[in-house]
Amino acid sequence: MVGVQSIPSPAITADERSHEVDHPSSQVAQFGTEQPLRLDCGVDLSPFQIAYQTYGELNADRSNAVLLCHALTGDQHVANVHPVTAKPGWWETLVGPGRPLDPQHYFIICSNVIGGCMGSTGPASINPATGKVWGLDFPVITIPDMVRAQAMLIDRLGIDTLFAVVGGSMGGMQVLQWTAAYPSRVFSALAIACSTRHSAQNIAFHELGRQAVMADPDWHSGGYADHGLHPHRGLAVARMAAHITYLSDAALHRKFGRRMQDRELPTFSFDADFQVESYLRYQGSSFVERFDANSYLYLTRAMDYFDIAGDHGGVLAKAFAGIQTRFCVVSFTSDWLFPTSESRALVHALNASSARVSFAEIETDRGHDAFLLDVPEFFDISRAFLQSAGKARGLAARNA
Amino acid sequence: MSVQEALPLGGLATGQSGQFRADHVLVAEMVKPGSKVLDVGCGEGDLLQLLETRGIDGRGIELSREGVNRCVAKGLAVVQGDADTDLVNYPDDAFDYVILSQTLQATRQPKVVLENLLRIGRRAIVSFPNFGFWKMRLQLLIGGHMPRTENLPASWYDTANIHFCTIKDFVELCDAIDVKMERSVALDLYGRPVPLNLPWWVWNMFGEQAVFLLTRGQGK
Repeated sequence: MVGVQSIPSPAITADERSHEVDHPSSQVAQFGTEQPLRLDCGVDLSPFQIAYQTYGELNADRSNAVLLCHALTGDQHVANVHPVTAKPGWWETLVGPGRPLDPQHYFIICSNVIGGCMGSTGPASINPATGKVWGLDFPVITIPDMVRAQAMLIDRLGIDTLFAVVGGSMGGMQVLQWTAAYPSRVFSALAIACSTRHSAQNIAFHELGRQAVMADPDWHSGGYADHGLHPHRGLAVARMAAHITYLSDAALHRKFGRRMQDRELPTFSFDADFQVESYLRYQGSSFVERFDANSYLYLTRAMDYFDIAGDHGGVLAKAFAGIQTRFCVVSFTSDWLFPTSESRALVHALNASSARVSFAEIETDRGHDAFLLDVPEFFDISRAFLQSAGKARGLAARNA
Repeated sequence: MSVQEALPLGGLATGQSGQFRADHVLVAEMVKPGSKVLDVGCGEGDLLQLLETRGIDGRGIELSREGVNRCVAKGLAVVQGDADTDLVNYPDDAFDYVILSQTLQATRQPKVVLENLLRIGRRAIVSFPNFGFWKMRLQLLIGGHMPRTENLPASWYDTANIHFCTIKDFVELCDAIDVKMERSVALDLYGRPVPLNLPWWVWNMFGEQAVFLLTRGQGK
């Protein structure tokens, strides 16, 4: 008989996961019925909550606030131990003492996006109208909706203008949406490995992931919570496929090649003979321990709908007309999910708007994920951009 | 219009001035403080840094990724781009000055680039190595080979400089496309301005490089 090894089940229970959804180990901003979130789909979401982390102190003139925007499967735990996985924060390479974003100089805020599953209201939250988990009754959200919710949080924190908005991938989309929607509230914008619109290829990959989730019988048309289940097999497959798009052929070859996993010879089965298979299975199974399947559907959908030019009569430059924000756009040579050509189109539109923009393409074989990894040239550029903007903002003395 | 008619530039720094290149100092002195400037082919950002010390809002375009990344790591607003293809993305009158420093000879279409400079900027400052310089002429005349100098050391087969011109050629191009020369300066081998009382053919012979401050002609 041919040996088959499926993806291992998660080590934590559905109950443990849902605890962070409703009672996050973070600060929480509650917005009552008097402050609904007006969504692009026409629904007023209310009440809702935003879970967020902060690092550093807001200065007296409230001019040193930095908003970090997380990527698709990220969360607000940028630079602290993650409450579910016990792993370090996802952007400790960029944020921390001596790093380009040093909490000694900046008041750093990162919130879980609306639709997420780490404490901000999303499909895994309880619908107050029914007392049950929202599931697919949750309204479809967009990147502009996420940014609108963040703006409400920033208002709540008493901050008028953000010194910087920083993010990569879906986080970079939020950065660009911030500059398009609230140009006067963003002094500088660092948009990394992103695009002003989701490409057809990227929508296609997202659809593949969603279909994998929906094909899992445990999904129950999105109502798995009512059955005490979670479609971890489908979600793990979605994650495995997506993870390949975050890497590159060269990086996979360098890391794994055709090497075998704990064996010398093929087993002539569908076991994980190759290291790359074992790695992907691990990525899939560890992901489902911390992420809600419906939330994955909603957030991928939000990225698919993103198209700034589409919101401005098809002319991207119109979105940035007369903008005073200082931009830094960064791409990576081996990123085929958000290739340099996408960043270049953004830069051309910013040039056409006479915006102040720096644009660097960084050579690396590490693919889209490079923005989360230790890439010194990327840090040098981020640091210099923020310092230069800090000087213009009058933060220079503190950064010296 | 000929070179003799062009206005002289007062208060020139001669030769090397501190840490900055002679032609950069010359260019910087042509830019009014507080202006908005685009430096096309900004290299590693030396000129932009010099302009920044004078309170000028400088932006840059550079072809090489290494050059761009070094500029951005200095906090300069520089983007990766090509003078031949990317200037079309900028709107009319976006800058007070557009600078093309030692880059004209490396563009595929110098005439189109020059026209774009004066569309994007109200003024353009163009500097280029003078192929009419006596050492160049001598190498071709006596040596019988394509000229190579300390500043232009590449061989004909691996040089990025594909459209060399002399000061005379450049002046003729400006006349042909109705571009007015507000100021013009030729620098000798040591970065010193060639004395202005000398006739223009002396400039064309002894100027190792030239710097022109240009505006749109009456017809534009």
